[in-house]
Amino acid sequence: MAPVTAVGETPLAAPAGRQAGMQAGRRRRLNAFRYVVFTVFGLFFALPLLAMARFSLEGAKLGTWSVTAWRQIASYTSSEGIPPLISAVEITLELAVITSAVMLVLVVPTMIWIRLRVRWLARAMEFLCLLPLTIPPIVLVVGLGPIYDKIAHLSLSALMLFWVYVILALPYAYRALAAGLSTIDATTLSEAARSLGASWFGVIVRVIVPNMWDAILNALLLTCALVLGEFTIAFFLLYVNLQVELYSISRNTPDAGVIFSTSTASLLFAFALLLILSFARRRRGIRG
Amino acid sequence: MEGLSRRYGAVVALDHLDLTVQSGELVALLGPSGCGKTTTLRLLAGLEDTDTGHIIVGGKDITRLPASKRDMGMVFQAYSLFPHMTARQNVAFGLRLRRVAAAQRDKRAMEMLELVGLSAQADRYPNQISGGQQQRVALARALAIEPQVLLLDEPLSALDAKVRAQLRDQIRRIQLEVGITTLFVTHDQEEALAIADRVGVMKEGRIEQLAPPTDVYSRPATSFVAEFVGLSNRLTGDVSGGQVTVRGCTLPLMESGVPDGQVVALVRPEAVTLASHTSAESGPLVGTVIAVTFLGATSRVTVDLGDTTIMAQLTTSDASALPAGSRVALTIRPDPVLVSSSSSPDGLVAEEEE
Amino acid sequence: MAVAAATQTGVRPSRAGRRPSAPSWVGTVPFFGYVAVFLLLPTGIVIWDAFKNPAGKFTLSGLTALGNAQVRGFFIGSFKLSLVSSLIGAVFGAILAYAVASGNPDGVVRRLYLCVSGVLAQFGGVTLAFAFLVLIGPVGLLFHAGWYFSFPWGITVIYAYFQIPLMVLVFLPAIDGLRVQWREASESLGSSAWQYWRYVGGPLLMPAFLGALLLLFANALSAYATIQAWEDAIPYTVPQQIYTSMSSEVGLANINYADALALGMVVLVAIVMTGYALLQRRAARWLR
Repeated sequence: MAPVTAVGETPLAAPAGRQAGMQAGRRRRLNAFRYVVFTVFGLFFALPLLAMARFSLEGAKLGTWSVTAWRQIASYTSSEGIPPLISAVEITLELAVITSAVMLVLVVPTMIWIRLRVRWLARAMEFLCLLPLTIPPIVLVVGLGPIYDKIAHLSLSALMLFWVYVILALPYAYRALAAGLSTIDATTLSEAARSLGASWFGVIVRVIVPNMWDAILNALLLTCALVLGEFTIAFFLLYVNLQVELYSISRNTPDAGVIFSTSTASLLFAFALLLILSFARRRRGIRG
Repeated sequence: MEGLSRRYGAVVALDHLDLTVQSGELVALLGPSGCGKTTTLRLLAGLEDTDTGHIIVGGKDITRLPASKRDMGMVFQAYSLFPHMTARQNVAFGLRLRRVAAAQRDKRAMEMLELVGLSAQADRYPNQISGGQQQRVALARALAIEPQVLLLDEPLSALDAKVRAQLRDQIRRIQLEVGITTLFVTHDQEEALAIADRVGVMKEGRIEQLAPPTDVYSRPATSFVAEFVGLSNRLTGDVSGGQVTVRGCTLPLMESGVPDGQVVALVRPEAVTLASHTSAESGPLVGTVIAVTFLGATSRVTVDLGDTTIMAQLTTSDASALPAGSRVALTIRPDPVLVSSSSSPDGLVAEEEE
Repeated sequence: MAVAAATQTGVRPSRAGRRPSAPSWVGTVPFFGYVAVFLLLPTGIVIWDAFKNPAGKFTLSGLTALGNAQVRGFFIGSFKLSLVSSLIGAVFGAILAYAVASGNPDGVVRRLYLCVSGVLAQFGGVTLAFAFLVLIGPVGLLFHAGWYFSFPWGITVIYAYFQIPLMVLVFLPAIDGLRVQWREASESLGSSAWQYWRYVGGPLLMPAFLGALLLLFANALSAYATIQAWEDAIPYTVPQQIYTSMSSEVGLANINYADALALGMVVLVAIVMTGYALLQRRAARWLR
């Protein structure tokens, strides 16, 4: 058995993180606990989704199967002349893209700039980014009335919702981005780049951001998930997005299976984004 | 500890390690990163399991005992003090677990803090005291429970140089005062040599040599030990008749039974001395000074001999007469040297090719 | 020397032409300006309007309306639901977070659960209510839960669906912050697992846990879409009542009422968020 030199004290093939250096008995108990927890919670989270998916495949009589609900997504028009479902889906998707783009452009450079140059504002930014989580959208919408009246002069399109969606996305996106930024030593990297002649813009775009791809993708995913699921504000500002459309369908035609098929589809879409995210993550080298 | 082995997947951390520590003794485990010294310590502490072998403390086999039931006190490299407790509470923690009454706990905690010289900081929190002070509190905490063995895992590595030296001596003093059996892990040879009763030099999961510091330094058992502890010059030489001739100087051999032939000899810089200042002579030990490294009382002079470089350790006053570029003649004091032939199984020459 | 001075005051070193440069915080104006317009301004408008009567004059009548028994009932309802759902979310979320944290830091499971949590944390509203309706409602696929339409337990189960993931997102960093050395030191001093959690792990995590609990509480307080989609006939919570009063045709006086309710919510949330901020500060001190 020829000894192989290990890289540093931490062995490579060992269980990583907290489990390294644990006694075998304790590790076994811990893993048993984890499997139980994951199974139980997994079931809790999966069952409603499965139920919804199953219902979306429900036929005219209970217990039969049919893909009518799915086919209806593209062609559904409610009897009251409300625009077809598909255009609501389109609008929402476009909103997701616009919101994500604006959010990134607004938040990422500011975060980095604060981190590098204006540290004392970090608390303020963190607080403001957390606030939308707790200000009830209902309250927000009451106050947004006058502002959106003005915006209506610019454009009546539902796409104008992006202004407020960026705010709603802040808590989730900021957390993800902040976590990503904290793992890299931004100050040192920026000093090195500056000493080599980079401008501040170059530092942000060419040095820091490329190291944050993981976090950025994560933030994008969360933002899209939010936009796809947002209802309250759109509803009260009298715009039509996906959730509003689904809601009005449910009010008018409560048995419409198309509600379930669309909901399932939007969830599948969110999870597809998730998968893309996990493949797009590049394997970073040694941490720290 | 007998026959301890530990593998992590494809990596062998410990390879049938045997180590016996006498009561009241301080053994330092010294070695490069990855040699297994910390693993040995953690096995002793019970924080990890051994694949094979036994651990016997005070006559009892504790191999299967979990960490919380072993009677050990451990000091970690850093960050081990509980941040939500004051120094006093940290030190008293072990006693609290053993259901010692509050008054007694407190008394003992203060005793321990006094032992390490920190009674004034008793009610400070870890983030309010310096790194060196934190480690002293950690030491007090480990000793408070009166363990059978004290384990120190590179306790000084995270500290400043000055603090390191002071704390090192203090640890030794306390250890002698309390008389506790101690295992001290470090990668800093100066530390190990300064405070240990015996030093165990480890490499790749095995102990290369376990001996008092002076032996490890001047009578290294293997070339790895010679190379790791202190500096060595590697010079080719010829063995004949129980002696080796290195660049014109005849030196006795440390080991007996070395076959005749070409070898690589390990010569300590302090054995290389000045023969004379010359400007024109040539010889096997005549060369040009490349660099002089000032180390305080002594200086290390690097001399280019044409086909190789050699390091000599001289007093600073001698070295001051040798600026870079001057030519000197050196000689080697006849101390016993360790040699290794190029075909030896330990593969000395090939291994050093880093 | 100039560089040192520059980094201290945050002013960019000026060029040879001695043109005074703008202070660094100017770079953050886009972000703060945006947030001011779309978050702080609407909130301010709501608070302001709560004190105005239909004629536009300052009045406290909105506030006094808050004192009546019916309104108290709504606040109590909101409070009850938020308390229950946040406690359940916090406890179960903490367990799940621990299970995730104790695994491989780079592993698939951890990343998967984090992404899923991000998506599910705001999967709410119409779709979620439907999913549960289909699962355990009157024609439930799994079984019919008699308590499904009960308040607060029926709706709590639905709330748990996004509270638990939110807890995981918020609490996981705290668990990561528990250093392995603390556990090992504790064990080597003779503690059992229970003693470790009781004396070391528990106290250290408590501020973060309470902070997360508060966050979940505020989140539940603000939720509207889900409960509205679950049962829109009877308003139980303040957000629902705001909707009712805004959409009724009784008269303009009710807008003031809605604003007053909104104000009440804002105050409540502000208190909760302050508590959260304080607890976060404590947690960060220990678990950095």
